[in-house]
Amino acid sequence: MNETLASNRGSKAAPAARPAAKKKTAVTLTEHVVEIVSDSGEGAQRCGQSLGSIAARMGNGVWTVEIIPAEIQPPARSIEGASGNRIRLGAKRVSNGGNETDLVVAFNEQVLIGRVRAGELKPGCTILLESAWREHSDPKIAASYTETHDRLVTDGYKVIEIPMEQECRKHVSDPRRGKNMFALGMLCSIYSLDLQLAREQIVFAFGKKNESVVKSNITLLEAGYEWAEANLEFKYRIPAAPVKEPQIVVNGNTALALGVLASGMEVCAMYPITPATSASHYLSEAFESVGGIVHQAEDEIAACAFAIGASYAGKCAVTITSGPGYSLKQEAIGLAVMCEIPLVVVNVQRGGPSTGQPTKAEQGDLLTACFGSHGDAPKVVMAPATIEDCFYSIITARKIAETFNVVVVVLSDANLATSQQPFSRPQFADTWLAPPVDQSAVDEGTKPYDWDPVTGLARRLVPGQPHGMHTLTGLAHDRASRVAYNPEINEEAIRHRSLKIAALQKTLKAPPVFGGDSGDLLLIGWGSTKGAIEETVERLREEGHKVSSMHLTFLQPMPAGIKEIMQRFRRVMTIESNWCDRLEDAIIDETNRRYSALALMLRARYLVDIDCWSEVKGQPIKPGTIYRVIREKLEKERRKT
Amino acid sequence: MTMRATECVMRMIHEEEHDLESYQSSIPRWCNGCGDNAILAAVQRLCRDEKLQPEKTVFVSGIGCSSRFPHYMKTYGFHSIHGRALPIAEGIKFTRPDLQVFVATGDGDCCSIGAAHWIHAIRYNMNMTVVLHDNHIYGLTKMQASPTSPAGLKSKTTPRGAYLEALNPLTVTLGVQNVSFVAQAVDWIPEVVYDILAAAFHHKGFSFVRIIQRCPEFLPQHLDPWLHDPNRNLLLTHENGITISPGLGRAYKNQRVHDPSDLDRAREIASSEDPIPVGILYRNPNIPCYEETRHSSELRTPGRIREGLEAELDKFTVWPQEKPGETRRAS
Repeated sequence: MNETLASNRGSKAAPAARPAAKKKTAVTLTEHVVEIVSDSGEGAQRCGQSLGSIAARMGNGVWTVEIIPAEIQPPARSIEGASGNRIRLGAKRVSNGGNETDLVVAFNEQVLIGRVRAGELKPGCTILLESAWREHSDPKIAASYTETHDRLVTDGYKVIEIPMEQECRKHVSDPRRGKNMFALGMLCSIYSLDLQLAREQIVFAFGKKNESVVKSNITLLEAGYEWAEANLEFKYRIPAAPVKEPQIVVNGNTALALGVLASGMEVCAMYPITPATSASHYLSEAFESVGGIVHQAEDEIAACAFAIGASYAGKCAVTITSGPGYSLKQEAIGLAVMCEIPLVVVNVQRGGPSTGQPTKAEQGDLLTACFGSHGDAPKVVMAPATIEDCFYSIITARKIAETFNVVVVVLSDANLATSQQPFSRPQFADTWLAPPVDQSAVDEGTKPYDWDPVTGLARRLVPGQPHGMHTLTGLAHDRASRVAYNPEINEEAIRHRSLKIAALQKTLKAPPVFGGDSGDLLLIGWGSTKGAIEETVERLREEGHKVSSMHLTFLQPMPAGIKEIMQRFRRVMTIESNWCDRLEDAIIDETNRRYSALALMLRARYLVDIDCWSEVKGQPIKPGTIYRVIREKLEKERRKT
Repeated sequence: MTMRATECVMRMIHEEEHDLESYQSSIPRWCNGCGDNAILAAVQRLCRDEKLQPEKTVFVSGIGCSSRFPHYMKTYGFHSIHGRALPIAEGIKFTRPDLQVFVATGDGDCCSIGAAHWIHAIRYNMNMTVVLHDNHIYGLTKMQASPTSPAGLKSKTTPRGAYLEALNPLTVTLGVQNVSFVAQAVDWIPEVVYDILAAAFHHKGFSFVRIIQRCPEFLPQHLDPWLHDPNRNLLLTHENGITISPGLGRAYKNQRVHDPSDLDRAREIASSEDPIPVGILYRNPNIPCYEETRHSSELRTPGRIREGLEAELDKFTVWPQEKPGETRRAS
């Protein structure tokens, strides 16, 4: 595949090795966004992850995002085949992927084109480009390379051609393997990272393989470092605050899986679906070491039903899925609600509807999570906002599910699933774990739904408990779980199932407000957008704007106090990654506008005139984008008054 | 599971006699003459004879007439949603191998809406007894054709007769890898119903019993030819299968010796719709059970979970940089 960026200019010869740039002074930066892109299988992901880990160990803030091709084996040198990592490095803690990229390492010009077209690169950013293609034996490839290179230069990018393969060949016979470590070495030099930490990272990453692999990778790392020291004219330094306590670096899905492990749950039933499956992959490896099990069911419905059976007879179980799978589970989720069986359902949201965008991020499932399944099926819905939250939310979800005998839906998304951010290593607590399964005898005649009139709670009876025998049913039922033919009984049961949600709500605290307690504008978000929203608020406040934000972890029930917080601001708007109609469209007005999900729910509950702004491009919302939107809004309002 | 260590003792304490009433819950609301009644009576007898502890026994069902079954048993029961009884039962059995798990399902529940689960349940081969109440018709929704309705059968959805040949649950089950127990009974020979259910119960693995039963409400004469002509019932006998009492043998003379370990012959017999084969078609006690293959034998203790979690966290931990010479915690 040899696409090019259109260019009118002819080619020019490759520059020879650059003059040695000795005694470079490192420019101090507060942050930088780096990308490494290659064909699938060339190791850019490993390079990026290692860079993130090294920087994290030095004490830099880090947010890593995977760049994943949709196909398993995309053709080499193809735009859609770009695979790699995007790493945001910061002097302070980094809470999101940030804005456009400042520096890219690209193993060929084709993978780069996709990034340029997607608007992911900052105008004028630095591009370190493998130069081997210029001399390629296939004239088409050479021409494509030259044309693209020249176009990028014309467009103002700072393109530096680097003979990575040529340099690697001095040390290894197949430079395609190991070139990523050469690139890592260059990046260590560019960002003044500790080379010894990089060596240790390689030992850690390749330790399982043999010694010679480790050795040759370290050789390439050092070669890349030395090449960059000698040939590149620039060098950066991002100050770091050395970490005092151990941090763990995982993506959101691994964090979810570790949460499952730490929660004391025993069964995870799943069916493969992107982007949720990697959580189950990891669990399949790790869960059995603590006696847990991942059951790959024959379909999404069976996965949910298996988890319900496991929960019913033992400890609360979890099923992990994404949008389409979540839709399929609806009837079974309703059964768990009806029979009051604790269950944790994780939905790693992707773009929808239908098959949508399997690898892309979206927050489109909030309403279906809150209101899905037919009839009145109240359940708890919570959304982790950070990678760390992904871990703890599962522990909390398990506890709530078992305390209230409810279904708890945990809404993560593709952004959290594939991003990495260091957080403090969790300190295990016995209280995280599920209690042993109750097998004690109960009094003869104990009812399985002996609803408390205030909280709606009833003690769950588990098979094996003498005298507790009863038949659960998805049919309307009374306190003894007998099929209800009496209309009063149906209403009584619905009432108590609803009361449980209110009882949980009484235990929740109002979310903290980020920024000032009152002001002109309150931004409200949920899920993975937290970092980007708060970064925007910080920036706007530095400029003197009275903007704050609030992030909801519990979407159902919502804690008390939200209305009071909203009332302290002149305007309120949600920032979400699910569709809302644009008022600038000719036929859209207040009478027909479809609001974003959270905005709709807040408007309905609190009777506050809440606006919303959303973006559904499949990419995490950038803080710079929110910044521009809010600036514009504030400007418009200033002009109005 | 916290119970496992003490299970033997518990079992001894609980091995007490229960009479039939101990397993009887509310009065069945099935129609008079419905074949479900005969199955219920046989199952309750089986529970009594096998001295099953009611609190350690779970009946799981989906939706349909037959799926009312758990309500009439005084054990634990789970009357769930249409087609999903099997995966729910699997979740139960997996978590609690100490429980006796039975599944009551119908021809719509098992062979239509739940067909995918049926196929895979055979593969999992979990130790449970599954009874397919097959009356060739949807009863609860009032007379629609089911996958086992014979071609030409008139119903509310097939007023000019069912369009397709019936699905044969026996050949389907016998065609799936890991099949370990397949039997067929008819509700008009209750003695055999009991014997087959007992054999199914004693088989370790997924015991699939299809019971052809009458629906007096919607298909009152449908099975009469087989009822009225004993020779249209082919009784399968074998020392490793079921044996026929002399009395029964006199009434049902059409018999055939069939070794249940012979899968090829079982498939051949299963393909015959007329005469209806009655007996154990296939039994293989050597197929591994999923709950045993997958289960960790060790006890889950907080200590073990903690240890496992710490080991996992070690893999992802970025330790603070120390002064040279200091030893870093190994990962």
